[in-house]
Parts: sequence; C-alpha cells; structure tokens
Amino acid sequence: MSRLKISTKDQAQSTMDSMYKDLERRIIAAPPGLCPVDVTRSFIRMCLAQSCGKCVPCRAGLRQLAYLFDDILHGDATEETVEVIRKTAKGIYYSADCAIGYEAAKLVLKCLDGCMDDIMSHIEKGYCVYNSDEPVACVRNCPAKVDIPGYIALVGEGRYADAIRLIRKDNPMPSTCAYICEHPCEHQCKRKMVDAPLNIRGLKKMAVDHAGDVPVPECGPATGKKVAIVGGGPSGLTAAYYLSLMGHKVTVFEQRKQLGGMLRYGIPNYRLPRKILDAEIASILSTGIEVKKEVSVGKDISMKELVEGYDATYIAIGAHTDKKLGIEGEDAKGVVSAVEMLRAIGDDELPDYTGKRVVVIGGGNVAMDCARSSVRLGAESVDIVYRRRKADMTALKEEVEGAEAEGCNVLELISPVKIEKDEEGKVKGLWVQPQMISSVKRGRPAPKNANKEMEFIPCEMVQVAIGQDIESDYFAELGIPTKWGQLMSDTTCQFEGIQGVFAGGDCATGPATVIKAIAAGKVAAANIDKYLGFNHLISCDVEVPPVDVREIVPCGRVEVAERHASDRKKDLDPIEYGFSCEEACQEAGRCLRCDKIGFGSLRGGRVHKW
Amino acid sequence: MVNVKINGIDISVQEGTTILEAARQAGIKIPTLCYLENVSDIGACRVCVVEVEGIDRCVTACNNVVEEGMVIYTNSKKARLARRTNVQLILSQHDFKCASCVRNTNCALQDLASELNIREVPFKELLEKEEWDKNFPLIRDSEKCIKCMRCVQTCDKVQQLHVWDVHNTGGHTTVGVRGNQKISDVNCSLCGQCITHCPVGALRARDDVERVYEALEDPDMITVVQMAPAVRTAWGESLGLSKEFATANRIADGLKKMGFDYVFDTVFSADLTIMEEGSEFLERLPEIKESGIPMFTSCCPGWVRFIKSEFPEMFPRLSTAKSPQQMFGAATKSYFAEKIGVDPDRIFSVSIMPCVAKKDECTWDGRNDVDVVLTTRELERLFRASLIDVEKLEEAEFDSPLGEGTGAGVIFGVTGGVMEAALRSAYYLATGSNPPADAFKEVRGPKPWREATFDVDGTPIRVAVTSGLGNARALVTAIKNKEVQYDFVEVMACPGGCVNGGGQPYQDKNRDDMVGVRTDVLYSIDSNMKIRFSHENSEVLQAYEEYFEKPLSHKAHELLHVHTEEH
Repeated sequence: MSRLKISTKDQAQSTMDSMYKDLERRIIAAPPGLCPVDVTRSFIRMCLAQSCGKCVPCRAGLRQLAYLFDDILHGDATEETVEVIRKTAKGIYYSADCAIGYEAAKLVLKCLDGCMDDIMSHIEKGYCVYNSDEPVACVRNCPAKVDIPGYIALVGEGRYADAIRLIRKDNPMPSTCAYICEHPCEHQCKRKMVDAPLNIRGLKKMAVDHAGDVPVPECGPATGKKVAIVGGGPSGLTAAYYLSLMGHKVTVFEQRKQLGGMLRYGIPNYRLPRKILDAEIASILSTGIEVKKEVSVGKDISMKELVEGYDATYIAIGAHTDKKLGIEGEDAKGVVSAVEMLRAIGDDELPDYTGKRVVVIGGGNVAMDCARSSVRLGAESVDIVYRRRKADMTALKEEVEGAEAEGCNVLELISPVKIEKDEEGKVKGLWVQPQMISSVKRGRPAPKNANKEMEFIPCEMVQVAIGQDIESDYFAELGIPTKWGQLMSDTTCQFEGIQGVFAGGDCATGPATVIKAIAAGKVAAANIDKYLGFNHLISCDVEVPPVDVREIVPCGRVEVAERHASDRKKDLDPIEYGFSCEEACQEAGRCLRCDKIGFGSLRGGRVHKW
Repeated sequence: MVNVKINGIDISVQEGTTILEAARQAGIKIPTLCYLENVSDIGACRVCVVEVEGIDRCVTACNNVVEEGMVIYTNSKKARLARRTNVQLILSQHDFKCASCVRNTNCALQDLASELNIREVPFKELLEKEEWDKNFPLIRDSEKCIKCMRCVQTCDKVQQLHVWDVHNTGGHTTVGVRGNQKISDVNCSLCGQCITHCPVGALRARDDVERVYEALEDPDMITVVQMAPAVRTAWGESLGLSKEFATANRIADGLKKMGFDYVFDTVFSADLTIMEEGSEFLERLPEIKESGIPMFTSCCPGWVRFIKSEFPEMFPRLSTAKSPQQMFGAATKSYFAEKIGVDPDRIFSVSIMPCVAKKDECTWDGRNDVDVVLTTRELERLFRASLIDVEKLEEAEFDSPLGEGTGAGVIFGVTGGVMEAALRSAYYLATGSNPPADAFKEVRGPKPWREATFDVDGTPIRVAVTSGLGNARALVTAIKNKEVQYDFVEVMACPGGCVNGGGQPYQDKNRDDMVGVRTDVLYSIDSNMKIRFSHENSEVLQAYEEYFEKPLSHKAHELLHVHTEEH
C-alpha cells in the first residue's frame, strides 16, 4: 500500500460540478417577476442539501424553514408563522457552525426584510403580488424597452433598414447604442441557460453599419403646441424626436457649440465615431426640430421666458461639472478634469501629450476614456490609479482590458494623497497611499489604509475622473426641487405640483448610461404629449419574422472583434470591427425568441405602440 | 407552396400553414387541448407535440409553421411519450371525478385521455383549492382548472374585458380573477364565453335545474316557461338529435310532458320588444339626429353589463325597452295572470335561454317577473333528468296567448336580427306599409362590424351591428370619438349573437362551424314563416288591445320598459 494518492474526481462529482455551472448561469438568467417566497423556499432546499448534517441549526433548522415556507405558499400560514421563521432563522444565524448554515439563514432574513409585502399577500390572500407580465428579459432590462427580439430576427434575415425602423420606435439613437450601449439587455438573456447571452449590441451594430440611410417616419399633423428642450444630449434629443413625430413644434436649447451632450463631449471618437453621431443627430433633426446652439438657459435665456413662450419644457442638462479630489496640489498646472479634457476633444481641439507621463485617477468608464485618449494623444505612459481593486472598478470589463492592451497600467489599491508641484507650479508627480481591501460596505468591499509607505508616481499630467456633478443651482433657485444637485423629478419625469416642466436623464439620476437618458426622453415625450392634451401613439409597421422550427444546439457567443491594440492606439479611429454576415446570422440564430415562445406567447412579447 | 412529409404522406401546403393544419389537410389528426383557432396558440399544454426529423426535441404543431422539406411524425415514440406524459401531468392537477362533472361525456380532457388510452396516472394528485361564491351565475372550480389559459385568452382577445388573469409564478401558477379580486367585484359581463371555451368543467354556469323541479313539484304553483329563439338551434346537439328533428315544437312537447302548465315562446315577446323599441326609436330619432349619438339595443344583458361598467356615460343611450325575456316575465305576471284569473304570485316563470347573463338580468328589476333562468345546457339536463326519451318527442303547439311568434322575432337569436326585425316594423310604423321582408339583409353576415343606411320614409337611417365585446368596445369608442355616426346600433355580447351564447351547448371541436349551422336554422325558420313582421303578430296585437293599449302607452311604460335606476 502506498502512503498517499493523488485525489481525483469521480464521475458523479464531475457531473455535479458541471451542474453547478449550469445552475449558476441559470440563476443569473432568472426570468423576471418570480415569486420571492417560492424562490427563497427553493434556495433553502438547496442550502439544506449542502448541509453536512452535523450541527443542529443547519440540519434541522433549514429543513423546518423549508416547511414553514411551504406553509406560506400553500396558504397554511399566519402572521405567527412569519415570527417563527424569523426566530428560527435568527437562531440558525447565531448558532450554526459553518457558513452553509448561517449564510442560508441570512438569505431567509433578507427575504423577510425585503419581501414582506409579498409574504403577507400570500398569507392573507393566497396570492403572489409578483407576476411575469414582462416576460421578455432583454426588453424588460432595456430602460427604453426596445423590441430586441424583433430586431434580432430582422438582422437574422438581413433586413437591416427594418431593424433600424423597429428600434427607432423606442429609441431614436440606434447607432449610438450600437457603438456604446452598456447593453443591460444581455444580462438576463434566457440563452444564458443554454450557453451564453446573445451579443445583442453586436447585432444592433450589424444593423446600423449595413442599413444605409433610413429616413425617419413622417411627422403627425401639427398640433400648434411648442415644446422647449433644455439640453441637446441623448435625453433631450430623444424627447425632441418623439415630440416632433407627434406633431409638436420642438426647440432644443444647447449651451455648447454642438449637439450630442456627453456623447460628443464625454465619449471619444474611437468608441463613438463623430461621423456616426453626426448622422444620427441629423436624422433626429430631420423631423423638423429647431436648434438654438450656444444658448445657455439661465444665462442667455431664462426659464421664465421658456415657460411663457412654450407649452411645456423638458430639462435634460446632463451632469457636466467635474468633481474635485480635494487634495493638496490639485491647483497645479497639468491637473485637468476628465470633463474638461474630453470636452475639448469633443470640439476637435486635440491636445498633444507627446512625451508626457499621464496619471488618471478613477476607475469608471470615463477614467478609461481619458486613459485611452491620452495614449492616442501621444502620452509616453499612462497609469490608472484606483483606490480599490481592478475587479471593483465600475468601468466595463472590456474597457479596462482594452486600456491595458493599449499599454495603460492599472495601479490598484492606491489612494491619491497629494500632487507635488515644481517651482513653476507644474505637476511633478502624485503621492499615493497604498490601500488594502477590507470589509464590505454598502455591498462593496471598501479600501482602507494598508499602513505601508507612501509611494511617488512621477508624472507631468494628472487627469481626475472621479465623477461628475450637475449644474442645477439655477433651477433650484427657481424652486425646482433638487437634492445633492439632482433634479428631483419622479419616474414620469414630472415634479409634484409643478405644471408643464419636466426633467430627466443624467440631471435627474446623476451620471448614468446613455440608454437610461434615452429612456427618460421617451417617457418625457409621452407625458408631455399627455400634458398637452393629446394621446399620440408611436408605432412601427415593420412585421417581425415568425419563429422557425429548429434545434437549439449549444453554441458559443460571437464577440465583436477589435483592431489590434498596437494598431488602434495610434489613432482616434473606431476600434471595433463589425460582424460578418456569417457571424451576424449565427448570433441572431441563437436568439430563443422569448417574444413568441414561453410566457411571451401568452402575455404578449411585444408592445406595438406607446 | 411548401412540400412536407407527414407520417410518410407527401403533401404540399400554402406557405405559413401550421403543422397542425398541414396534418389536417393530409387527413392526419393531431390532438390538441389548449389550442383555440384564431384565439390561442400559446402552446401551454404541449399535447400537440410532434417529432420533426433532424430535431431532437419535439415541436408543437399548433404554433409552428411547416418548412420546405420538413419530415414530420405525429405519433412517433418520442411524440407519444411526450404527449402521454403531459396528459398524465395535466390529470395529476385535475379533479377527474367525471361522473358528477357538468362536462361528463363532453370534455376535451376526458376524450383526450381516452384517445391516448391513459388508464392510470403515476403522479401524486395535486389539486388547488379556492373559495368561490356558488350563488354567482359564473362558477369556477379550481380543482378542475388545467391552466390551459383559454379563458384568459378569450376574455383578453375576444371580449377584451380581462376578467381572468394568470396568478403567481412557478409551480403555483394558476388562473384567477384579475388582481385577485372577487368575481362579483370586477367588470365581468357574464357573457359566458369563458365557459363555452373551457375544455373541462373548471368554468360553469350556476345550475338551477333543481329549483325548477321544486316548482314543478309544487301543486300550488302555475308553471310558465318561455324559450328564446336561439335555444331551438342547438338544444338537440348533445342529445344526439338532428337539426331537422330538434325543433322548437319538440321542446314544447318535452316541457309539457315534464309538467309545465303553460309553454310559451320568447319569440312572442321579441315581437313585443320590436313594437316598443321600434316606436321608442322613432320617438327618439330627432334627438338622435341632433346629438349624433345613436340609440343602442338593450336586449342583451351581457352588453348592458358591459356598457354599465365600461362606458357608463353611454348608459342613457340604451333603449329603455326591456329584453324579450323580461317583457315576457312582465306580461306573464300581469296580462296573462289577469287573463287566466290567478294571483301573479302563484305563477312560477321559467325562461330557457342560450345565455348566462340572463340569470343575472332576471334579478335586476327586483320584481321576479322571471323566477328562474335555465341555459340551453340545463334544458338538456332537465330532459335527461326527467327521463324523457327525446327521440320520441312530437311536435306540440305552443300555448296561447303568449305563444305566437313571427320570423322577425325568431332572428333575434342571431347578430343583426334585432336590427333587421326593428327596421321591418319601424318602416311600417313610419310609412304605414310593409317593406319587402328581406329589405334589410345588409346587416347580416359574418363581418364583425356591419353598417348600412336605409331610407325610411325619406329619412336616412344609419345603423350598425356588432357582436363580441371587443368589437363592441371598438364601435362605442369610435362613436365617442365621433369617428362614426349612427342612429341605431345593435350589440350582442357573444360573437355571432345568441346562437353562440355562453349558455349554449359546448362545442369544443367545431365551434365556428356550429355557429354558422345554428345561424342558418334561424334564417331558414324566418324565411319559411308566414308572418315575418312583428307588428303582424296577432297575439301581440291582441295583448295591446286587451291590456297594454298601444306601444309606449303608460301601461306599456310601466311594465315593458326599465326605469333607469333599475338596470
């Protein structure tokens, strides 16, 4: 007999490991609107199956919790049952020997805390307050509710112009979104249960790159109503587009030289080519929108004039002021904010960073934009300084990877302490304090001082990309409710007690995504139309192809290819290649057509008009 | 055309044809359960699954379209296994105590289980309990519901009242009243279409047969029964009688054999309704022309409930004339009681209707003019329970003086019939002479929304006819939005009118064909009638002469019209 042997997995264990992976994907792709009681109950059962069975609270307690949840679900529970559940879960939490038990109990307590309304509805009415009324996960997760399965099917058939028409029903900026949308639609894609989510943005890009010039629909008869839009970014332009289609006379007031807002003044050309953006804006304006550029509301024209001269006003001013670090030396020459830098680039005033060592502070997408732009503007080196870990960065993973591939260094777990200046007041370098990652605060692991020596990063330039604020003082002074600079409009883009003034987009939510801004513009357009006494409906007569009979065979997800890093970093040209026809067809063919199959066939997988 | 092979048979079908339809054309039957042509193809039951060569999983035949070269096996090992499993699973959640079920011998699930030779269910029985008010005319038995969603689809798509909804998720998904409300608290029109579209006994109308027996068995009661026109088109269907044999007069024979003292025909009061409603229309016409808003018929209680809940502002536009059922009840307990010299309280008035909402309507006026309403399905049960050999029934005359009817009254049972009958008499009332009986045929036909303009004594009368509450909503909305203008509009809640009423026999397999057959029965009776004008009904004229004086007289108003608050 040998003394030791190398452990191997038996077949059952390997099978289970693969099933865990399947389940992991399945949980992420959970359909929306599930009953919290039912789901928690099944979670408890899974936790129970994980129990080693040694300690009482886990072995016997979780089993009792499962039965108690059965009682709720079967209408056999009272309020007392909830108390028994709470006490039992606490008991398990306090006393289970290992994480299998106490973490399971925490899950149950979380459900009690967050889903009490539903629990009580089960107990009192035998009825779950949740339902699957929005059965198509991609559409539900798209803030603008774009008909995603519809346009995917159209792309699959090569009907690119129809795809654009269908997208424009809910989102007048298909090209912009094809290039830079964060694609929340892909997150819970049911295809993930089979293999991986669809590359929805890639398919949209296929449509916009091949559709050619698609004219916008005709506007409805003129209503004689006038609407003022403050801010020509994605939210303002979206509202303007739909209101114009509805027949209202729209005027956009833009304080800068050009329209586009953050799309132009925040996102560099290599991600969203100017040509594409300009064409998109031109198509929106072709509905007959009047534009007044370099007019700042509050300076060049007052809100009073707008309210008096127009039947309704939509404020969509975005979030364009920079946040300060608040450290010593921030006033040094060579310290710029991300907003400042990207704004100049937006107006084609390209700085020359040749030979400069650049430090970018921040971990969001804007920080990546700064870093990657700096590389393209000739910087000798680019360091991205972040307090937390790379994994904690809020930037999209592909943005971080892209920056690194182009030669940027991500320096994680260091916190800026002060900026050192030379005699001329120019940046000499950045002092940083090493951090360690520590306890989870508000859902995220927070950094704390690692108690190591400060480090010095020599550089000529510091770019601060730690977030943006909203210039809302003018509106606040007029009595429009604000909180931390945000305009406090509700989910209908309206303010309680204020008639005819609407607000949405970044200025109402804080810096967010373009698709959220577009969604707000759509919501505002509908509600402004209603406020003006109309019920114009936006629809699209493109017919969506039927579902074909086919085998669902697991198949990998096609990614959008990029130019090689060493090549793309030399210019500001777009970095992505589009799909080939083969790639697009295969990817479109992976769509499970939740609009027609599953609950979509009963509850309607499609909103034809809004 | 698309070429496919089904069970070895080559067939060429139109592009866009479903597998189900292609198989039907090839003479191959694929069983279905939740599928409802033109209404629901949600693929919930997975009973119609078939095997398609080259595809590992089965494919539903009802909602997948054939593709060129497809090779299909409808009853292969895979398809049979999947289908049998699914039917067994459905049975595990269905209370199949068939003997006491209203759908016994007329149940899609029973037929299916039998067809598939399912003799055992290897699963635990999981029945869902739900409380329900058994006094409400519409009853849901949760233990029988198989969640096929046909009721949801019918109410959503056809009637557009959204009474039924899907409740809960996961294994606890079920059907219930929208928002978990009580059925009596929502806008249910009681049209009963969910009942006739339910494949099993989960939805049914309240059964009042025993109450009728109690009256028949009470020697002090004088039992009077009326039957609606549409009843005669369908009553024999599940009794196995031919259309030619199953006449109204044979119902009369059966009812008399059961012991009813007087057997009358609602066609009589349909004619009476025309006299009142036609006169009312002519009286209201100047105001109608001025306001541009029509008068609506009021004989369909599903429609009346609908207008009350959905368009209350249109409620005053309904004719004040009572429905034939209610006029009949009123005439029975006044004119008839006086004529035979009995206390109206001793009269027990039964009506046989193709309708569920009529069970509700008879309670509206609070006068009990009609004591019990039976559906056509209950008439069938009454015959069976009375051990009457229906095949031996003979043609018996209706009793007088409420037994005579005209062709105009008969066509009340089909969409457009009330309009046509009213126009026939309105023309006479306005001009003093009869039009050709078929002068207003334009309002007939299957189109969901029909309109016509007729010249009556130099005045153009614009009429519109619709049936089905989804269509009704579209029509009323168009009127409200001033997109259309009519003078007189007929609405029936059930698509096709009373022949397809919610109280008619179940027709799970060929419902649409049957509506056509039933419709033809009524039109053929009308065209063969000697008298085809309500104003020529001699018993109606006699009733006016002896009791009601003339249309819209004080007495007629009192007894034959509703007073707004009563509706």
